[in-house]
Amino acid sequence: MEWTGLFFYLVSFLIASGIYAILCLALNIQWGMGGLFNAGIAGFFAVGAYASAIMTTAPSDKHLGGFGMPVPVGLVAAAVLAGLAGWAVAKICVRLKSDYLAMASIGIAEILRLVIVNAERVTNGSLGIAGIPRPFDGWVQGRAADLLFLGFVWVIVAAAYVVSQRLHDSPWGRTLRAIRDNEAAARAAGKDVERFRLQTFVIGCAIMGVAGGLTAHEFKFLSPAATEPLMVTFLVWVMLMAGGSGNNKGAIAGGLGIWAIWSMTEILTNQLLPPEWITRSSYIRILLIGLLLQFVLQKFRSGLIPEASPPIRFKGD
Amino acid sequence: MISLDHVSVSFGGLKAVNNVSFDIPSGRITGLIGPNGAGKTTLFNAIAGHVPVTSGRVLLEGADITKLKPHERAALGLARTFQIPHEFSRLSVLENFMAAAAAPLGENVLNVVFRRSRFLAEEEAVTRAARQTVRFLELDRVSDEKAGNLSGGQKKLLELGRALMRAPKIVLLDEICAGINRTLLAKIADKIKELNTGRQLTFCLIEHDLDYVSKLCDNVVVMAQGEVLTRGSAAEVRRDERVIEAYFGGGKYEGRA
Ligand SMILES: Nc1ncnc2c1ncn2[C@@H]1O[C@H](COP(=O)(O)OP(=O)(O)OP(=O)(O)O)[C@@H](O)[C@H]1O
Ligand SMILES: [Mg+2]
Repeated sequence: MEWTGLFFYLVSFLIASGIYAILCLALNIQWGMGGLFNAGIAGFFAVGAYASAIMTTAPSDKHLGGFGMPVPVGLVAAAVLAGLAGWAVAKICVRLKSDYLAMASIGIAEILRLVIVNAERVTNGSLGIAGIPRPFDGWVQGRAADLLFLGFVWVIVAAAYVVSQRLHDSPWGRTLRAIRDNEAAARAAGKDVERFRLQTFVIGCAIMGVAGGLTAHEFKFLSPAATEPLMVTFLVWVMLMAGGSGNNKGAIAGGLGIWAIWSMTEILTNQLLPPEWITRSSYIRILLIGLLLQFVLQKFRSGLIPEASPPIRFKGD
Repeated sequence: MISLDHVSVSFGGLKAVNNVSFDIPSGRITGLIGPNGAGKTTLFNAIAGHVPVTSGRVLLEGADITKLKPHERAALGLARTFQIPHEFSRLSVLENFMAAAAAPLGENVLNVVFRRSRFLAEEEAVTRAARQTVRFLELDRVSDEKAGNLSGGQKKLLELGRALMRAPKIVLLDEICAGINRTLLAKIADKIKELNTGRQLTFCLIEHDLDYVSKLCDNVVVMAQGEVLTRGSAAEVRRDERVIEAYFGGGKYEGRA
């Protein structure tokens, strides 16, 4: 009994960290390769979560839809809508230098989240959307379904990794990294900086939307609480910095590692803190995670697995 | 040919370039000289589109390019280097050269995710050209080094190499020779001559070393305080009283009369 409990704790840990790994890969495309400071991850994540939830739930009078579509259709809708939101933000903001982009993206993401909370006809507001299906729902029940969902999540992690690697190792990725390193020189070398930034932002946001959708299917219930910037934006940034910005393997490692530590700090604070503090424990955990990040960056300035140039494909003379 | 038609560039109240008109004739090597702060680099920035002109026009082969973005001017065959090196710091030296090349197939995001065979031939050609550039500039030993770790002189060579990777028609070189050793300097001068006579490339170069300018350039433009002071052959310009005054007169020059 003990062991099966532990086993299924591990399963739910791997589901959650897989979703974080996808978010880290997306942020790595935007920040690691493109130098775009997206501080509004939670907004695009929320758009994707609600898109997939509304597409896949059974019809309900509490919120828009649902449209009863299969989960993969929901996830495609999540990618498309979050990508569109990213496109709109990028159109307004990518000309801005990185610190202004950060401020603008925080603001816009918060607006997106507020709209979602308040558009009760569409999202059922703070009461949330219930009865969100998982893929293969009819086939298996109970804990076997968790295992199947775990596999589903990690197939998507693998797909996101392959796409990220192809982007990174290609001439497209090389030009993107060149723009990140020196915008003026990239322009002088004939690169359409705005076009690359727009593409980068849209691709990253679309992948963030997929992660949002997966979270909705994981919990089968979605309320605005699941899109807290603290749990989405902040943690994902910590994960990427610690794992290795610019490196896709580092992004995945950061997602797994920091989520493991985050989960352990929960056990720690729940056992050690006096009960009246436990409600506020998440702030203490943030402090701990912040300290940890400081420590990691002191020891490994570019994260645990630093950025590396892709292999040169042709020996050529 | 590039024609400057009454070009002015102001930064706040400072007229860095003031009503400048001259041509950079095709197939020639034009020198641009003048004391520090004369506005030479600012003029290059205006030609390449990195700073907006306050007034006037920039023409390329007769077409008005004043409103074009830098990358659009680059696509027309204009290449420039930066006086203060602008390396892609986290890319290797080889990657810096590869990134500078035009690679329309490999820069198509759908191709790189879904249709990867489409850009292989292009990428092979880019790799080969980049390796040749590395070898020519004698950067073999640091080819895989991150460009941010290069020495000052090596970064200058990187600037030159990236401009050449563009396969340009017109090249603007901003003090490419500062801090580079003599033998390599001679080699670069030979290469510039060779590209000029062989491939009919047009050059405009800013240099402070008048001997180097005399050796390379068939015509020289002298700027001071944002204005064109005079132009002519290197020998003519070096004899000119006003030039000597501007260079050595220590501020006594009052050419605005
Ligand atoms: N971006 C800028 N903002 C404000 N002032 C500028 C800017 N760029 C150049 N200037 C000013 O314009 C004037 C001309 O500068 P510029 O760099 O063109 O001179 P230069 O002829 O290239 O000199 P040097 O030989 O020292 O390189 C200088 O007084 C400089 O301070
Ligand atoms: Mg200068």
